[in-house]
Amino acid sequence: MGLNIAAQISSFLAALVLLSAFGMLVQKRINGLINLFAWQGLFLSINTALVGYFAGKHHLYISSLLTLSLKVVLLPYILHVLVDRLKIRKEVESVVNIPTTMLIGIALVIFSYHLMAPVRELSTLITRSTLAIALATVMIGLLMMITRKHAVTQIIGFLALENGLFFAATSATYGMPLVVELGVALDVLIAAFIFGIFFFHINTAFDSLDVEQMARLKEED
Amino acid sequence: MNSSMTLLIVLGIPLVSAAVLAFVGDRKFAPEINILGSLATFGAGLGLALEVYTNGPMLAGGKFFFVDAFNVYLAVLTSFVSVTTALFSRRYMRREREHGRVGHVGMRFYHAMFQMFIFAMLLCLLTNNVGVLWIAMELATLSTVLLVSLYRTPTAIEAAWKYFILCGVGIAQALFGTVLLYFAAEKVLGEGGDALLWTNLSRVSGSLEPTVLSLAFVFLMVGYGTKVGLAPLHNWLPDAHSEGPTPISAVLSGLLLNIALYALVRCKVLVDGSTQTHHAGNIMMGFGILSILVAAFSLLRQKDIKRMFSYSSIEHMGIATFAFGLGGPIATFGALLHMLVHSLAKSSIFFTVGHASQMHRTQEMARIKGLFKGNPLVGWGLMFGVMAIVGMPPFGIFASEFLILTATIKDAPLWTPFLLLGLGVAFAALLRRTQSMVSGDVPDYQKPLTPANVPVILHLALVLILGIHMPAFLNQWFHTAVELLK
Repeated sequence: MGLNIAAQISSFLAALVLLSAFGMLVQKRINGLINLFAWQGLFLSINTALVGYFAGKHHLYISSLLTLSLKVVLLPYILHVLVDRLKIRKEVESVVNIPTTMLIGIALVIFSYHLMAPVRELSTLITRSTLAIALATVMIGLLMMITRKHAVTQIIGFLALENGLFFAATSATYGMPLVVELGVALDVLIAAFIFGIFFFHINTAFDSLDVEQMARLKEED
Repeated sequence: MNSSMTLLIVLGIPLVSAAVLAFVGDRKFAPEINILGSLATFGAGLGLALEVYTNGPMLAGGKFFFVDAFNVYLAVLTSFVSVTTALFSRRYMRREREHGRVGHVGMRFYHAMFQMFIFAMLLCLLTNNVGVLWIAMELATLSTVLLVSLYRTPTAIEAAWKYFILCGVGIAQALFGTVLLYFAAEKVLGEGGDALLWTNLSRVSGSLEPTVLSLAFVFLMVGYGTKVGLAPLHNWLPDAHSEGPTPISAVLSGLLLNIALYALVRCKVLVDGSTQTHHAGNIMMGFGILSILVAAFSLLRQKDIKRMFSYSSIEHMGIATFAFGLGGPIATFGALLHMLVHSLAKSSIFFTVGHASQMHRTQEMARIKGLFKGNPLVGWGLMFGVMAIVGMPPFGIFASEFLILTATIKDAPLWTPFLLLGLGVAFAALLRRTQSMVSGDVPDYQKPLTPANVPVILHLALVLILGIHMPAFLNQWFHTAVELLK
């Protein structure tokens, strides 16, 4: 009974995570995108804590706190600062053909449900129905990285993808062992510093953060 | 207790060296510290290998690390190539500094990250935890990303960005695969870190849920396959390997690809053990052959010398992946040998290529000429290196490719023509290009330099010895590893 409600709340939060993923797919302004990313992190964090509470897995509280501090506070903050420093606040990115991207996104969700159906059958966890959504979040992050041609948006896509992976770990197995979770968080943190440095390098070398310009390395015929 | 200590020393030295070098910075003796650190790691690695050789596989650090014949030989190889690369990079990076291609901060960063990279690779090899393996693999990528862009030219930054993004995305798929693997393992082994240990997983592989594991393998294949540089996921590789400093190209091509392949092979053994089919092996064979063909035909079109040899790395990784996928004692033995000799030959080629491009101040093959006359060691080093890499007897790669080919004809005859086609095209392309660079007169823009003899000669001699007569201990070692991978 209690578990039933827990499963429903968890599904609701999963829906919000997916919704924010779709939001990111269509959001043109970079600041809006960063905020959406922070929201996604918040939903994930709440979901993780709730799952930890209902399933009695207390190590999930640590994961939840980690998500909260890293993906809701620190990373969005770093991104906002970088965007400010690099003066790309005004830059509105043109996203090619939003309806098509949305349709592909929907197709990816259906595909994820199809792919995860056998795994769902095997699972007995309260979160089992959210595994497909986690995979869909990963796929949409990937889609975002492909369709966006701006360094900052590509990174946000990458981080959203990472959110999806974290979500998958929570849904499939109530989180990975703590040592792995911590290690992954450390890697994300290092990656954050590296892309921060990268933004400046790209900006100096190309006078903009438009990745489209990076097309010098090609196969010569 | 004693063995745990050796293991900690192997992992500890590069980590400490990285910290020391970050502190030392661009001082005069930084390259020497780098060499010493690598040498100490190599010594400790040999000690570890000796222990495994006499006492058999072992667990250490509360099951956190484990060492068997398969990973310890790669650990020794990794630390050995790191020594020779450090030797090579001493003069090479000094000259780059004189040419003004890298500055004060760059040198500090270069040395510290070199050691960090070695640490990450050794951690990949020695950890018993599939999750930690993933973390270390990502760390290896992250520590080299900024080394690829060390020269800060637009092309170098582009290459590093591609490397960062594509490998990041790729390896994310591998994490998803790991989550699925944990999902399956948890049902059998119970919750907690123990369910992700290779030693436990391989013990119970027969009772892991096959549907989940096949699905997990697809993700693991895409993830680690990206890092191995298998076609069609190889786009980042020629860029990253050609734009970074040459010592980094040598370790990326010679070592990192091996490590990623190691992860893939471990996963394959697990998955095929669970499904009781040859499903994972078949996928690897397909990716392998595709990589061989794509790389061989791309070789023909290259103008940049480092790009060309990067494609050659893709080809050889394809061969090894194919052979591991094929399975069976002969093919697996060939693949293990192939990883070893390719690593040695390819890094020695990159050393000579680094010299050649510094002499001509360009990586364009059309402008590199007269190496035999200009600098015999560089010229002959390159020539012999290429002869080794295309698989001419009596070099070691001939032996490994011969074994793999024999196994293919026996077990999977339909694949043989594709394999032969790829090998033939690569053979022709590489030899033709090299001919024009080593022969002819010395152009007036060629500058003389003192090459680093020891690394090149040492590597080529080892490749030659492995081709002519394989030492008995190595033979036995590989046989043990083949047993493990059955």
